[in-house]
Amino acid sequence: MAEINMAKAINLALHEAMDRDDRVVVMGEDVGQDEGVFRITEGLFAKFGDDRVIDTPLAEAAIIGTAIGMSINGMKPVAEIQFTGFDYYAFHQIESHASRFRNRTRGRIHIPMVMRAPYGGGIRALEHHSESRETYYVHTPGLKVVIPSGPRNARALLHSSIQDPDPVIYLEPKACYRLFREEVPDKMETLPIGQAQVVKEGEDLTLISYGASLRAALEAAEDMEDDGIQAEVIDLLTVSPMDHKTIIKSVMKTGRAVIVHEGQRNCGIGAEIIARINEHAFLYLEAPIKRVTGLDIPIPYFSKERYYLPDAERVVIACKETLNF
Amino acid sequence: MPRKVLEIEQKIEYLSILDENANVDKELEPDIPAEQLKSMYKYMLLGRRCDERMLKMQRQGRLGTFPQSAGHEAISIGSAINLHQDDWHVPAYRELAGMLYRGWPIENIILYWNGFEEGTAPPEHVNDLPICVPLATQLPHAVGIGMAMNYKKEKNVVMTYFGDGASSEGDCHEALNFASVFKAPVVFVCLNNQYAISVPLSRQMSCETVAQRAIAYNMPGIRVDGNDVLAVYVATKEAVERARAGYGPSLIEGLTYRLTPHTTADDPKKYRSEAETDEWAKKEPLIRFAKYLQNKGVMTAEDLEKMEAEVDNMVKTAVTKAEEMAKSEELLNPFTIIDHVYADMPQFLQEQRDELAELVKREAARKEKKNAKSETGARS
Repeated sequence: MAEINMAKAINLALHEAMDRDDRVVVMGEDVGQDEGVFRITEGLFAKFGDDRVIDTPLAEAAIIGTAIGMSINGMKPVAEIQFTGFDYYAFHQIESHASRFRNRTRGRIHIPMVMRAPYGGGIRALEHHSESRETYYVHTPGLKVVIPSGPRNARALLHSSIQDPDPVIYLEPKACYRLFREEVPDKMETLPIGQAQVVKEGEDLTLISYGASLRAALEAAEDMEDDGIQAEVIDLLTVSPMDHKTIIKSVMKTGRAVIVHEGQRNCGIGAEIIARINEHAFLYLEAPIKRVTGLDIPIPYFSKERYYLPDAERVVIACKETLNF
Repeated sequence: MPRKVLEIEQKIEYLSILDENANVDKELEPDIPAEQLKSMYKYMLLGRRCDERMLKMQRQGRLGTFPQSAGHEAISIGSAINLHQDDWHVPAYRELAGMLYRGWPIENIILYWNGFEEGTAPPEHVNDLPICVPLATQLPHAVGIGMAMNYKKEKNVVMTYFGDGASSEGDCHEALNFASVFKAPVVFVCLNNQYAISVPLSRQMSCETVAQRAIAYNMPGIRVDGNDVLAVYVATKEAVERARAGYGPSLIEGLTYRLTPHTTADDPKKYRSEAETDEWAKKEPLIRFAKYLQNKGVMTAEDLEKMEAEVDNMVKTAVTKAEEMAKSEELLNPFTIIDHVYADMPQFLQEQRDELAELVKREAARKEKKNAKSETGARS
C-alpha cells in the first residue's frame, strides 16, 4: 500500500491501464513531452513513447473526433481536454457522435473512449479554468459521467471508465489533485460505475455530494456532530448513471436531505436528485430538500471565487434549516 | 534585410480526361480493365436510378425528406472504386452510388431515409461509417481511423467525403491539420457542387478552389472535373497509393454541380436560375461515360439497355423489400429506441423503459379497440 494524492493515483491508473492493454493510448495537448500541465500523465511518454502518448495540435474538436475514429478502429483512447472550460470546443463531437454511435447503429458500432479533464474551481485558476458543467453531459443520453473524490476511488474509477464499452466523461476535481493523500492498494482495483458510496453513516439527515464538494459535506458533518447531529454522507462517484437507490434508501431512513455541488444551481445535478427523491420517497420526507450549490453565475475569477464555492459553513446552515423545518 | 520569398513547393493542378462531349485525352486516359469500367458505370447508374426512385417515393409520401445525389456519381464511384474491401469509406450523405458499391443494401438506405436508424448499421462485411448529418464532423473520425491504422501498422486507407459548404466548418480544418501532422492515410474528397443549400461558392469562400487549401495543410491537392469519372479515378488512385505507401493524406476536389435541390424540401428557384442548371445538366457524368464506353467498344447500346433493366430490377426489388421491412415487427419494435443507448441498461433508464412499455400497451389496446369497432361496423 502506498499513500498518494489524486494526481498520482490517476497517473498510476494510466500506467497500469497502458501496461495491461495495448489498445489504450493517451492523447491531448501537452500530455506527452511535458507530462501534462498538472503532471497527470507523468512518466507515460518516457515509458510508452509517442505512438501511445500523443501530443496533439491545439484543436479540441479534433482531439475528441479523432478519438472517436480511433475507438471505431479498435483502440481505447483516453483523450485529455486540458481544462473543462475548453471541452466546449469539442462539445458537438461528444454530443452528436460519441454519445450516439451505439444507439443509431443499434450496437454495430460503439465508442469505448474516455474523455478526462480537470474540472471545477478552488485553485485560483484563470478565467474559464474552473468550469463545472457536468450537467450538460448528464443530460446527454449515451454518456457516463464519473467524478471521483479521492485518490483511491479516482484510480479505481478510471480503470472502470477505460474498460467501459461506452464513452465516459471522467471529470477530475482539480482542487483535490494534491490536496490530501490516501492509502491506495498496490494491486490494481476497479469500482463499478453507477454505484454511490455511503462514506459516513448517520440517522438524522442525508448529505449527498461528489467531487471536491464532498469535503465540504464531510467537514459540515463533522462540525454538526458537536451539536449531536449525525449526518449520513453519500459520495455519488458516478453522476450518471446515478445510483439513486442508495440515495432513496438513505432518505427513507433519515427523512431529510441536503445536496452539495459546486456546479450552478439551475437544472444542476441537485435538481435531478430532488426529482428522483420526489418520485421514490416523497412520503418519507420531513422537510423540503435543500441544495447548497454554486450560484447561477459564471464562476468568479479567483479574487471573489469564495463567494461562489459551497463551503462547510453554508452546508451546516442548510442542514440546520432542514432539521428545524 | 530585404524581403525573402518563402519557397512553398506546391502547385495545384486541374485534371480533366473525359470531357462533356466524351472526348478523351489519350495521354491521360487510365488503363482500366473492361470489367471494371462496366462495374463503375453500373454503380453510377444504380446510384442515379435509386436516387430518382427515392425522389418519386418522397413525392408520393412513401419516403421522408432526403438529400438527392444525382450528378455526384462520378466523384463517388471514381474514388470509391480505388478502395480495397477492408479500406474504410467515411461518407457525408451524397455518396449514394459509392455506398451501394461498398455493399450497403439498397433497402437499408431507403429504410434510413424513411426514419429507421437501423439503416445506419454498416453491413457485417463492410468497414464503413454510416451517413453523417452534421457537416464535416465525420472528417476527424476518418482521421482517427487512419491514426489507428498507423498505430496498428495496417496498410489500409480511409476515404472520406465532404462538400463545399462543409469545407468552411472548423472540423474540416482541424481534421486536415491532424491528418497532415500525423501522416494519417486519409484521402479527403471534396464534392464541390457550388451550392451549400442556397449559398453559392462565391459566398462560401474567397479562395478560387478548395484544393488550394491543401497547400496550407502541407499535403498534395488537386482539382478535377467532378463530372469526369476518369479524372476522379486517376487523382484518387494516386492519392490512395500515396497513403498506402505511408506518405499521408491528400485533398482531392471534384468540381461539379448540384443538379437537384439540396434536399426534397428545398426550392432552388429562389436562389439560382434554371438556365444555369440546364447548362450544367449537359455536363453530367453518366451521359459522357456511357458514350465513352460505347466508343471504346466496352459496351454496346444493347448492353446499356440490358444494364438499365438490371438496375431497374434491383431498385424495384429493394423498394419492395424496404417497404416490407418497414412493416416488420423487428423494425417497428418500439424498444429499439431505448435498448441500444448503453451496452448495459442503467437503472434509471430501465424505469423509463417500463414507462415506455406502458405506452406500448396503451397503443396496442387502442388499436385493438379500433379494430373491434370496425369489425362490428362491417358486420352491421
